[in-house]
Amino acid sequence: MKQNDPQFNRFGNLHHFLTLDGLDKQTLTGILDAAENFTSVNDKSIKNVPLLRGKTVANLFFENSTRTRTAFELAAKRLSADILNIDLVSSSTKKGESLLDTLRVLESLQCDMFIVRHSDSGAAHFIAEHVAPTINVVNGGDGQHSHPTQGMLDMFTIRRHKGEFENLRVVIIGDIKHSRVARSGISALKTLGAAEIRVVAPNTLIPEYVEELGVKVYSQLEVALKDADVIMGLRLQNERMNSATVPSMGEFFRTYGLTEDRLKLAKPDAIVMHPGPTNRGVEIAANVADGKQAVILEQVNYGIAVRMAVLSITMGHGEAVREAEMAGTT
Amino acid sequence: MTQWPLRSSCKIGLLRTETSTSGLGRYNGAPERSVESMTRYNTEQVSGWLQEMQQSLQHLITHSEKSGDNDGDNNPVAMIGIKTGGVDVGKHLHKSLGLQEPLGELNISFYRDDFSTVGLHPVVGPSQVPFSIDGRHIILVDDVLSTGRTVRAAMNEIFDYGRPSRITLAVLIQRTGHELPIRADVIGQAIDLSDNMHVSLDASDMSLTISEPTSETSGDKSS
Repeated sequence: MKQNDPQFNRFGNLHHFLTLDGLDKQTLTGILDAAENFTSVNDKSIKNVPLLRGKTVANLFFENSTRTRTAFELAAKRLSADILNIDLVSSSTKKGESLLDTLRVLESLQCDMFIVRHSDSGAAHFIAEHVAPTINVVNGGDGQHSHPTQGMLDMFTIRRHKGEFENLRVVIIGDIKHSRVARSGISALKTLGAAEIRVVAPNTLIPEYVEELGVKVYSQLEVALKDADVIMGLRLQNERMNSATVPSMGEFFRTYGLTEDRLKLAKPDAIVMHPGPTNRGVEIAANVADGKQAVILEQVNYGIAVRMAVLSITMGHGEAVREAEMAGTT
Repeated sequence: MTQWPLRSSCKIGLLRTETSTSGLGRYNGAPERSVESMTRYNTEQVSGWLQEMQQSLQHLITHSEKSGDNDGDNNPVAMIGIKTGGVDVGKHLHKSLGLQEPLGELNISFYRDDFSTVGLHPVVGPSQVPFSIDGRHIILVDDVLSTGRTVRAAMNEIFDYGRPSRITLAVLIQRTGHELPIRADVIGQAIDLSDNMHVSLDASDMSLTISEPTSETSGDKSS
């Protein structure tokens, strides 16, 4: 498996972090365990650790994002790396420079890692295939494909609250079709052994063949919520919708909005998650988003520790390995 | 919460220092090694050393409180063990000294100086320092002092928590191989060992084994 996976180098080390598909339970648990240790940096008066001193991380954001970019930036800074924020939405790509030329320029600036966010599915894979072998690529979200660090921080949040995954019933509500968060979440939950994954949405927001991912499809929220341990809301992604998939926001909230009454159908200790930004009154009622079962702000906080873990694991398989790699490729 | 699995035998020098130079197998624990010669110190001998350490530390603490380094009751001496062997030793000393503050635990893997060559070390659980470091006399405990690099990393981490008034270093074993100007203040036992020998402390009964492997798989020795 590892040999054909572009995320691993030929020594079996996780070199890029592009998708959660194909990563085994041991790899995912290793990331969660490392993240657990990074949460203690918040206890210190000086919150940085010197692990990635002298490394340069470039945030390549081809798509607008504030919270993911900020979380990666803070994670890199806590690890003492230098970070460049390169806003490619309004930059040289607009002037006609090709993606590969942009990469060559950044490579010559001696960057060690690219964090890539792009509106096209597969963009991070493409970049990983074309960068110099010493450079690590982390996917910060590509199109409708994958958002692996969000997936891992969701798993981290679930593990913190629920311990093990084996007995968990997880319900994912809303725009499954356009959601890379849902796709990464489902993949990780399957690998980590969640008992049951339910997706619930109007038919127009359920992707074809979603059952093949090993999930149960529901069209009625009230039925899907029964006995749930974890409820994951998703943002209705208007910007990715090119046809009328939902009659109106109000209509969506009436049928699929997570309200206090509907939340009562889940287990009393169920947690409510959302990747943000939340649309109050569309996917989730304000009093649920602020309620005591909501862990939405915790997710944001854990996102730092999880990204610190991903950055240090992908960058941390040693110069010795890198040298061997270089020697092997030349 | 899932933690790095606890081992019945905590291999000092193996858990934190043993890394194959290829960088492989870091999450799989220490490599199997065949052992040629072995020296064993039983529980009684080790507890004798611990008792001597306790007496020396008691003397140091009393002295430190008299000389006003510390403002006694308001900011009493606290102890921090370096994971995982230093925590095992620290638990015994902490108990016999009857210290007020709980034992602190440091995971120094984020402060090590060999990340660029060997990467992230096995995960041993987060650091926990449940008291304020500022102005406090800290007793830093490790099982084995060799190169001094672990202690350097631990001191760097301590200073990120605050500014201690003083750090006293207590180690169960001081072995040869200093690479930094770091010496222990309190030593249980000094042992001359060649580089390839390794020391392992069994936390369950606090007995110590020194062994020399027949096949050397690693040149790293940064305890």
